[in-house]
Amino acid sequence: MAVSDAHTRDMRPWALLSPALTAITLLLAIPTCFVIVYSFWLRTAAGDEQVGFYLDNWIEVLSDPFYRDILLYTLKIGLITTVCCALMGYPAAYFIAFSKMRNKAFLLLLLMLPFWISYIIRTMSWINILGVSGAVNYVLQSLGIVAEPIQMLYNEATVILGLIHFLLPFMVLNIYVSLEGIDPNLNAAARSLGSTPFQAFREVTLPLSLPGLAAGSLLCFVLGSGTYITPIVLGGPGDGMFANLIYDAIITQLNWPLGSALSIVLLIVLGSVVLLYNRYLSLGQISKGFG
Amino acid sequence: MDDQKRYQRLLERYQNGDLDRRTFLSLLGAATVTAGVVGAPVAGLRRQALAAKPDSVRFDGWGGVVSEAFREYAFEPYEKETGIEVVDGTFGGADEYLARVRSAQPGEFNVAHLSGVFDYVRYHNLGFSTKLDESNIPNLDLTIKALQEPFREVSDGRLSAAPYDYGTTGLAYNRDVISDDEIREKGPNILIDAAYKGKIGGWGEWKTRIWYGALQTGQDPNGIADMDAVWEALRTHRDLALKYWQSGAELMSLLANGEIHVTEGWSGRIAALQEQGHNIGYYDPPGGLGWQECLFVLKGSPMEACEQLLNFMLEPEVAIAVAEGQNYPPALDPNKVELTEKIKNLPAYDPTGKLDGLNFFKPAYWNSHEGDWSKKFGRIQRGY
Repeated sequence: MAVSDAHTRDMRPWALLSPALTAITLLLAIPTCFVIVYSFWLRTAAGDEQVGFYLDNWIEVLSDPFYRDILLYTLKIGLITTVCCALMGYPAAYFIAFSKMRNKAFLLLLLMLPFWISYIIRTMSWINILGVSGAVNYVLQSLGIVAEPIQMLYNEATVILGLIHFLLPFMVLNIYVSLEGIDPNLNAAARSLGSTPFQAFREVTLPLSLPGLAAGSLLCFVLGSGTYITPIVLGGPGDGMFANLIYDAIITQLNWPLGSALSIVLLIVLGSVVLLYNRYLSLGQISKGFG
Repeated sequence: MDDQKRYQRLLERYQNGDLDRRTFLSLLGAATVTAGVVGAPVAGLRRQALAAKPDSVRFDGWGGVVSEAFREYAFEPYEKETGIEVVDGTFGGADEYLARVRSAQPGEFNVAHLSGVFDYVRYHNLGFSTKLDESNIPNLDLTIKALQEPFREVSDGRLSAAPYDYGTTGLAYNRDVISDDEIREKGPNILIDAAYKGKIGGWGEWKTRIWYGALQTGQDPNGIADMDAVWEALRTHRDLALKYWQSGAELMSLLANGEIHVTEGWSGRIAALQEQGHNIGYYDPPGGLGWQECLFVLKGSPMEACEQLLNFMLEPEVAIAVAEGQNYPPALDPNKVELTEKIKNLPAYDPTGKLDGLNFFKPAYWNSHEGDWSKKFGRIQRGY
């Protein structure tokens, strides 16, 4: 009887996990296997696939500096975006976490508001803000600060701006949850032992909130490096990222095998970042970011 | 194997002595009873299945005012007359739609409003074409023959699509900044004129970019001799351009907001901007690019229902309403159908119905270079 109960208890986590595992297997693992198989096929002149085991796509992707350079550019954009999000997100999260406001929930609601609007629409909104006929130029011209409208859109800076707009809430939420979990007595103890407010922050609050910062950074980096919408909407001719190459290969060139190889490369690179994070900081921190 | 063959084999086995008379007669009797009991109803069901109408036909197009015109003038009367529902979907571009069709089961997508002969060839080569029974589409006779012929050449004299409208991709320019004289003087080279750096746009599509690259280097776009010169022209354009636009809406927004002053553009979209009161000029340079759109019936579709739908969509009333909505002339032959004044004033409209003045992509030439050139353009676009 006791053995049976133990067996039931052992199986319970699997039973609870089975819907998620089934979904992941059917919707992620198996399709990824298909993509891997596809990457070894070839595109024919007619746009169809030649089934077989060919290394041509992999040799091209791994040996051609074009793909390497775009990948490095993508990682650079992802990194800059992440650093900007961290610098902007930390003060915001700190303010929300330690605010004496009665309706702190209202601040959190404001933070969540952008998620109610489509990411594409949020990205396109910058055209009306920064465009030649946009709000910023209108104000500058109305105040006589500039005579001619300034060209602000369609460059690397606006791509980063669009990504920050998209990713900042993820960063703030993660840091906020981390800060919320810090025992306020620790800060008070540091102050009572003679620390200045800044020393207390540097020695107590900041180290304890680092897991949240790291979790937010991971999410921002992975999501930012995998995007292709923002460069299309806000980028200039040369501002494409690695995901845009995948889009070009699969949609424009109808070269699904090459697009599959590129997809796997991006998956491996971003997956490696996640694994590195897990090795040193543990993925469990991310779940805290969502409360 | 049919019943007659089964009987002959059974008889052969009996005559060879493999079956005794009792077994032979028993099997024959059982087969007769089975055929009598089941055969007639099954045959009836089969006849019914063959004659059955589909519940719905799926149509995919570019959306917007065109879709509304189709719904009002073609789909609703069609549904009323046939009882078949038209499910209308939209797509953002021909490439994206082809990717969706390739991932779908035959019959999932039925009729599509596709671009040009180039796409017709692509769909045909990938095995998505059908053979229309033209006797079911009497309105096909009203369309310009010059628009049908390129399709027939691709698919052995038969049609898998009906031509529907045509237009041009010419030079669109802000007349507050660029005069009509200047655009005529510089022609396609205005797109690589350093004086307009940061105010030049361009469609981020490899065929159009290469076509204009050929014109800028003084070559025949349908027979380019010096491809390196074309690539260099594309690089020059890329370095001067502010933005490669991806859709008609984006083209209109860039021009209307003054983000760019010159680009190549679609005649209908520029006509729409002019209608809205924007001071945008349009010029088809010598060697400028013409194209046509068609209603393509995809493999696996219920043919009779689709042919009937095509006939509804080719009704002059419908085709004219759609043409006025999207600002592209219809494929209707002006010698056979009286077109409206608005259509006669549209850019690219040809009153002769022969389309001799327009240059089209030569399908065999462009399709044979698709793989290499689209890939190379992708690299140039990214700064290489």
